[in-house]
Amino acid sequence: MSVQAATHDGQDNTASNMFASRLTAFAKRWLFSTNHKDIGTLYLVFALVASIVGYSLSGLIRWELAEQGIGPLTNFVLWGVEGATHAEKIEAAKHFYNVVITYHGLIMIFFVVMPALIGGFGNWFVPLMIGAPDMAFPRMNNISFWLTVAAFAIACISMTVPGNSVGDGFGGGWVLYPPLSGEKGHPGPAMDLLILSLHTAGIASILGAINFIVTILNMRTPGMSLHKMPLFVWSLLVTASLLLLALPVLAGALTMLLTDRNFGSNFFVPEGGGDPVMFQHLFWFFGHPEVYIMILPAFGIVSQIVSTFSRKPIFGYLGMAYAMVSIGFIGFIVWAHHMYTVGMHADLKVYFMAATMVIAVPTGIKIFSWIATMWGGSIEYKVPMLWAIGFIFLFTIGGVTGVVLANAGIDHLLHDTYYVVAHFHYVLSLGAVFGVFAGWYYWYEKMFGVRYNELLAKVHFWLTFIGSNVLFFPQHFLGLQGMPRRYIDYADGFATWHLWSSIGYAITLVGTLVFFAGLVESVVRRRQAQANPWGEGATTLEWTLSSPPPFHQFSTLPEVKAETAH
Amino acid sequence: MLRVLFLTLLVTVLPDRLYASVPVDGGLGFQPAATRLMERHDWFHTYSLIWITLITLFVLGLLAYVIYKFSRPANPEPDRFSHNVTLEILWTIIPVFILVAIAVPSFGILYYQDRTPVLSDIVAKAETLREDSDEGALRRLMKNHNPVAAAKGWINVKVQGNQWNWTYIYPDELDDAGYPLEFVSNGIHRGTANDDPVTKDRPRYLAADYPMVIPVNRYIRYYTAASDVIHSWTVPAFGIKMDAVPGKSNQGWFLVNQTGVFYGQCSELCGKDHAFMPIEVRVVSQGRYDTWLQRMKDGDYDGARSLVADLDSTDNEPAYARFIDEG
Repeated sequence: MSVQAATHDGQDNTASNMFASRLTAFAKRWLFSTNHKDIGTLYLVFALVASIVGYSLSGLIRWELAEQGIGPLTNFVLWGVEGATHAEKIEAAKHFYNVVITYHGLIMIFFVVMPALIGGFGNWFVPLMIGAPDMAFPRMNNISFWLTVAAFAIACISMTVPGNSVGDGFGGGWVLYPPLSGEKGHPGPAMDLLILSLHTAGIASILGAINFIVTILNMRTPGMSLHKMPLFVWSLLVTASLLLLALPVLAGALTMLLTDRNFGSNFFVPEGGGDPVMFQHLFWFFGHPEVYIMILPAFGIVSQIVSTFSRKPIFGYLGMAYAMVSIGFIGFIVWAHHMYTVGMHADLKVYFMAATMVIAVPTGIKIFSWIATMWGGSIEYKVPMLWAIGFIFLFTIGGVTGVVLANAGIDHLLHDTYYVVAHFHYVLSLGAVFGVFAGWYYWYEKMFGVRYNELLAKVHFWLTFIGSNVLFFPQHFLGLQGMPRRYIDYADGFATWHLWSSIGYAITLVGTLVFFAGLVESVVRRRQAQANPWGEGATTLEWTLSSPPPFHQFSTLPEVKAETAH
Repeated sequence: MLRVLFLTLLVTVLPDRLYASVPVDGGLGFQPAATRLMERHDWFHTYSLIWITLITLFVLGLLAYVIYKFSRPANPEPDRFSHNVTLEILWTIIPVFILVAIAVPSFGILYYQDRTPVLSDIVAKAETLREDSDEGALRRLMKNHNPVAAAKGWINVKVQGNQWNWTYIYPDELDDAGYPLEFVSNGIHRGTANDDPVTKDRPRYLAADYPMVIPVNRYIRYYTAASDVIHSWTVPAFGIKMDAVPGKSNQGWFLVNQTGVFYGQCSELCGKDHAFMPIEVRVVSQGRYDTWLQRMKDGDYDGARSLVADLDSTDNEPAYARFIDEG
């Protein structure tokens, strides 16, 4: 673009000046942005771009596993290596598969779900819902976003630099367990870059979390007490608190791993008296709250949507808010249920098992309260409501298999099998991602000022709903039969359900194409948005503003009437 | 009962009479249990599956009801209620009871699995009960433990995970030079073009060149360790899985109550060939095991392998029944 501007220089001075000033304005608005709505949009666009990468990686997984034998992935390795034999390509593909599953997990968690739910919808709607003009620290908001972009770039670069003697990238799973992630397993720079990437993403998230906590605690409009905040704001408050407490632990573990790799320390190196299991404890002390970090904002979104389209206030508001608080708290004291097979004492397993099962209680409260909100309502089945209902049902399935997995005895069978894969994709891929799409369609008009195509959006929903169930439900059967995770190829007995799983992926792929078609359609058609398309059920403050909202809102703080809040 | 019938049928129909525990294409549940522990896991899974299915159907039913009953055409004027203390207490308390109902049997299975039994205690208790002629209590004890096997003591096996194969060490079985029996078990198939052909006896990605061999109806104590990165040793039909962590030694136990060949696969990501380091365990009669041990100690590895390659059902020893009958 700048090249174009330079060649025009001299011939058409005014045009190039105009172009330059537009460029400056663009940079000022989108690169140096301190406006919470613009940063929210940036986060959403970023998550969309990252999701294409993460989703393509899962496509490679399902493509490879659709049939037995190591096939498709051999086409993606040893590019530019003259005369690479098929046998060499197979060996390289084995490592590449591990790289693919690793980066699929990391990208989906750190660069898709978190930026979309927290950075995107959180930035957009926390200030709007509490009647604040902006976030508390607008410039910190900017650095949070750009650090996330930098972290994603570093992660992508890490995929292309040497991991170990077999190939590029880190192929040790998103959990980064040493010694596989240590000097011995992956001596190359890929793992160091990945550590840098996660450190950067962690700093971005901690800054973002501070911003949310300060904003929510200090910038609520008069009359909006904590107990009158919309549940989405509650969910972000709990999520930000979890981030603030959990991420430093990850950062500590990563730093120890970094010094183990580069400076001769022995925190996790058994030869030096270190303990690899210690890393797992630290990782999951972060990792378990992390799964609630991903799902709680989706809880908040679903609460807003269910209430809006049922035209009823949310049932049991305080119970709903404190269910999230207790899920967040208990989320910190259950981490070792990810590690039942490391050789833990039975009494310790009993504790972690009991604590884990307790989480089912507040989660049940949320499920039943959503249904009770719908009970007696006047429900309109608009697209966001379809996603929300889909979320409630699918999250229930993912939740109950979680109760089974919580049992330390039977977890010895199911640990590291496809049963676990099915479980966490039901709560994340069908839970958190359904939450993302629910929020996307709920606030689409509000954010972008144009209306989406109802038909395309409904087709997108049904294809995704059917596809992801066909994708993940058979994985329960695979896991029960003993299919381990992270396998590039499988025994004969696993073929049928793997094929079904890949067919399910193909269905979601069509759904995703419909999603992008809907996006393009709405941009081309530019149907005028309404300030409040959902009617009287939409009671939160963002619906009192125009669509899209003015660049700066609430110069005069809005009044909150006692009974209309939340 | 059904499984026994089915196995009998299988044994009579198939010519080689070998029981192999492999995943079944299109299968929906666990592989058949070969240990008492796995029977208990199997029972618990069915039990918890009933609970979670009921809960899911209940939520689905409620959703279907409100979707139908409270749609805008059916109910144009929404109610305004947003609290019901009784209901909220109920849906907090009832799940707690359901969770307790799930957890209590689970705790029992966990301790059964994790506490290595004291074999002399089992023998002593069984003898006392037999002297007291308390057949009910004796049968209850023998449901979970095998006094005949307990009297014979432990067989210790150390399992070491390496990138990418398993080393099996029998620390109590010394050869003439005084070294314990130790051998490496490699997967036969590695996903390459020049893999050995897949046969019924050498299932793809499950078969190993030199399998671990143990006698039927004996208490096996296994230790896991690793030489490089973390691996995980598992046999689904036994209901066990234990991480092999470098710098640590984990232990567990099992007792297999039928002969046959049982497969498992490494269950902790360990690098490039993670999918190609299978676990093959052949469970044979004590006599055959002793011969196998001798051949292995003598260095006749191929002879030892062919000895355990074809097992037949006569290897089965009905040890549980014998103890009661003798009494």
